[in-house]
Amino acid sequence: MYLTKEEEKMLEGEYGEATRKAMKLLVKLGDIYGAEKMVEVSSAQASGVSYKSIGDPGLEFLEGFAQEGARVIVPTFLNPAGMDLENWKKFDFPEEFAEKQARIINAFKRMRVTISATCTPYYASALPRMNEHLAWAESSAVSFANSVIGALTNREGGPSALAAAITGRTPEYGLHLEENRKPTIVVEVEAEEFEFGLLGNLVGKMVKNKIPYFKGIKKATTDDLKYLGAAMAASGAVALYYVEGITPKASEQETTGLEKTTITTEDLEKRKEELTTADEKPDLIAFGCPHLSIAEVKWISDFLKNRKMKTKLWLFTSTAAKAIADRMGYTENIERAGGSIITDTCMVVAPIEQMGFGTVAVNSGKAAHYLPGFCKQKVIIDSMENLLEKWSE
Amino acid sequence: MRMKGRIINEGNAEGEAVVSREPIGFYGGIDAKTGIVIEKGHELEGKSVKDKILVFPRGKGSTVGSYVIYGLKKNGVAPKAIINEETETIVATGVILANIPCIDGIDVSKIKTGDKIKIEGDEVIVNE
Repeated sequence: MYLTKEEEKMLEGEYGEATRKAMKLLVKLGDIYGAEKMVEVSSAQASGVSYKSIGDPGLEFLEGFAQEGARVIVPTFLNPAGMDLENWKKFDFPEEFAEKQARIINAFKRMRVTISATCTPYYASALPRMNEHLAWAESSAVSFANSVIGALTNREGGPSALAAAITGRTPEYGLHLEENRKPTIVVEVEAEEFEFGLLGNLVGKMVKNKIPYFKGIKKATTDDLKYLGAAMAASGAVALYYVEGITPKASEQETTGLEKTTITTEDLEKRKEELTTADEKPDLIAFGCPHLSIAEVKWISDFLKNRKMKTKLWLFTSTAAKAIADRMGYTENIERAGGSIITDTCMVVAPIEQMGFGTVAVNSGKAAHYLPGFCKQKVIIDSMENLLEKWSE
Repeated sequence: MRMKGRIINEGNAEGEAVVSREPIGFYGGIDAKTGIVIEKGHELEGKSVKDKILVFPRGKGSTVGSYVIYGLKKNGVAPKAIINEETETIVATGVILANIPCIDGIDVSKIKTGDKIKIEGDEVIVNE
């Protein structure tokens, strides 16, 4: 693999042990994947933050790495943690968990990672441009950056994203190369009204790691695309997709001769039934996987005006969106109706299985994928509107 | 017997082989505090990897496995070296962070538990 003089210096330890280790990791990963050189990244985004996901081994590594002098040199953002970093006590997060989680956050802080604690960095402080190379790890954000923005990033793991943050580079392979970004399957959507999270969950399961090119989607909000990409990355390994007439570069793609599949309303209904593993009253309705945008928080706030929740409602978002919600009075409206806004975490990476929940209702095709295994929950999946209509009065 | 492979993390090592014919998932598979294989039903369940030359076809499972390899080293219960057929990113990341010698591209079916292994550069020397 070709390295510049600067990269050689990093590898030889001129910038310290942590940088040497980070560069070595990237060079080896580059060798494994056949990269010819490094590309500079304009930002990084690190995953593996919740104590629930990485446990003591991850905690000890991060503290050790910070101790060795690991410091990021490009803007680097952080995935959600396992709890609301400020108000964990208010929401009954376990004390011991909170102590370990705080140590993880401190290690990242020492490395000068921005503690954004969100899976939607593009809504809060990290909006990339088209054609920029990135090293992002959160699978839904990777999909968003590649597909909705047209930036270029592989789906990094926790350590490789951190190594890229420390060196400012990533090996050039996979989705950093134009030739690997062509669609490999056409997905014709023949449904009119549907939930994008559900569509994503079904398509991800069908296409696995292919690059889908959607036809027949007439309109989609940014939030719709967020749910679509997140679900495909969870039930499959889709890191890039195109939507005809909607996402950038879709019009430049060649789709003749590609494998083709069709999704109908019936297919989506069937998938909804498969994912629904409970019909009782949910212990919790949880929205914000990926984190809610301020537009969604406003919509929920408006919907709940003069209503009362009949079960617990938790809304997950970033501290940035929460600050605006507070200012606009949305938080107060939502709390008056019996709901809560929780920042920095979500229903998947928080230890909800230790917090007395057994059935969770969601609108997210990603959450519906992870909740049964990772969180031992029964799942109800439906639109935000249907769930709020049914479980409030 | 001598076999040449590809260096994933350099370093010479000498020790006794512990061989798994199945892939190893380090997260939930090996206890980082003791170095003992804890995955239920795994062919190495109950065995220690401490100070051994750990031989297996490839890694599997959660990416947190990289951190477990690092934890094994930090806790003084890591294998002396790792030999794979194909080192994927979880193991590669782990051995580089932990600085454990690792070679892949080796026909691991030719090695059995108890063999005396020497690793010199990119060469694996068995029972010589």
